Formats: sequence, structure tokens, C-alpha cells
Amino acid sequence: MKVKYFAWVRERVGKAEETIEPPPTVRTVAELIAWLSSQSETYAYAFEKPKVIRAAIDHAHVKSDAAITGAREIAFFPPMTGG
Amino acid sequence: MTPPVATCPVTVRIQEDDFDIAREIALLTKSRTDIGAVVSFSGICRADEDSANIAALTLEHYPGMAEEEIKRHVDEAISRWPLNGVTAIHRVGRFMPGENIVLVLTASQHRQAAFQAAEFLMDYLKTSAPFWKKEESATGTGWVEAQARDDEAAARWTKS
Repeated sequence: MKVKYFAWVRERVGKAEETIEPPPTVRTVAELIAWLSSQSETYAYAFEKPKVIRAAIDHAHVKSDAAITGAREIAFFPPMTGG
Repeated sequence: MTPPVATCPVTVRIQEDDFDIAREIALLTKSRTDIGAVVSFSGICRADEDSANIAALTLEHYPGMAEEEIKRHVDEAISRWPLNGVTAIHRVGRFMPGENIVLVLTASQHRQAAFQAAEFLMDYLKTSAPFWKKEESATGTGWVEAQARDDEAAARWTKS
């Protein structure tokens, strides 16, 4: 699946997007954050406050317990500050 | 002959270029005689934020989702108020104080619906559309933090 990062999450991860293949045991957004955080200190730093991170699956906001099964694109970003 | 059904054209754009408010209002009301009220809100880059002097503001967005999220809220506004037209334009890029950032136009037969729908759309643009602001000031650059008061403003529309 494709993963995109925005704002300071993007800066901390060090890239805007990538393709990842998490193991099938990773089923939810929260589990994906935990799995990414276990991959390297860079991700652990980006996701050090998981409760602050917002997520979207295929362009729609989701909560951390949302299932990632079948997702084409998952995005992680801080709370929005547009307008 | 059946009376013409009120239509509600929707324009949602994300662009780097500035917008012309008068031109956008003219486009929204052109050839229409059913519109009695247009509310226009523009958001402008401020020079002063919590006593810090802002030199510039950079707006980042999530292409694709930003347009879709704004359209979702425009659709909701159309279902809640009798609207005859909506325009929402959000700029991205780097802005200096005084520059336009966002424009929301709502058209209706009467002012109440137009005022309320414009406020509703702005509250959701600030809290739910995927845009992020980064400030540059004399002390450095930093991402703008989301304000609890913006979440509270958006939450009031979900109360019955």
C-alpha cells in the first residue's frame, strides 16, 4: 500500500510518500503506526505521540481503530490548520 | 409551465494564484434572478500571531483529498440550507501578510442561509480540510498548532 505523510510528520519521516508491505498481523491504523515505529528511530520519532497523529484512508478521515484492509493509500498528518 | 428548479452550482478550487472576489461573485450570480443574498468570507494572512511577527506563511495541502473533503462539506451545507450556489477557493504556497488565503461564497434567496452556510464551511475548512500552515518569523519557522477553539466552533454544527 502507498503511504503519504504531510506537514511535520513528512519532515520527521524524511519523505512525502512510500510503498510499504506490513505483515498481515497489522490490521488497523493504530497497529500500522506501532509497526512503522518499530522499524526505525526515524519513524519512532515521527509517531512518538500517536494520539496527535491524524490518518486518512483513500482520502477520507479515519480513526485509529479503522481497518487498513484493502486500503490503496493511507496518509498520516498532524491536526489540520487551513482556512 | 413548471417553475425553474433552483440549482446550486458548486465551485471548489485549490490554486497558487490569487482570486478576485468581485469576479467570483459575478460568476456565481451571472444570469440568476433567484439569488437574493451572497455572503463572502475571505481569510487573509495576518502579520501578527500570538504577539510574534509573521514574515510569511506557507500552506501545504493533500492534493486530491483536500478537494474531496471540501466538496463533502459543501454537499452537507447544501443538504442543510437552501443554497443557490457555493464557491470555495483555497490557496497553497507561500504568502506574505495581507495576501488572500481562502475564499468562501454562499448564495441563497435569503441572508440567513448564506451567513450560516458560510460559517459552517469555514469552521470545517479549518478543522477538517487537509491543509497545514507553517509560519516564518524572526525567531525561526514552525508549524502552526491546531486551536481548540476551532474544533469547538466546528463541533457546534453537530449539536441538535
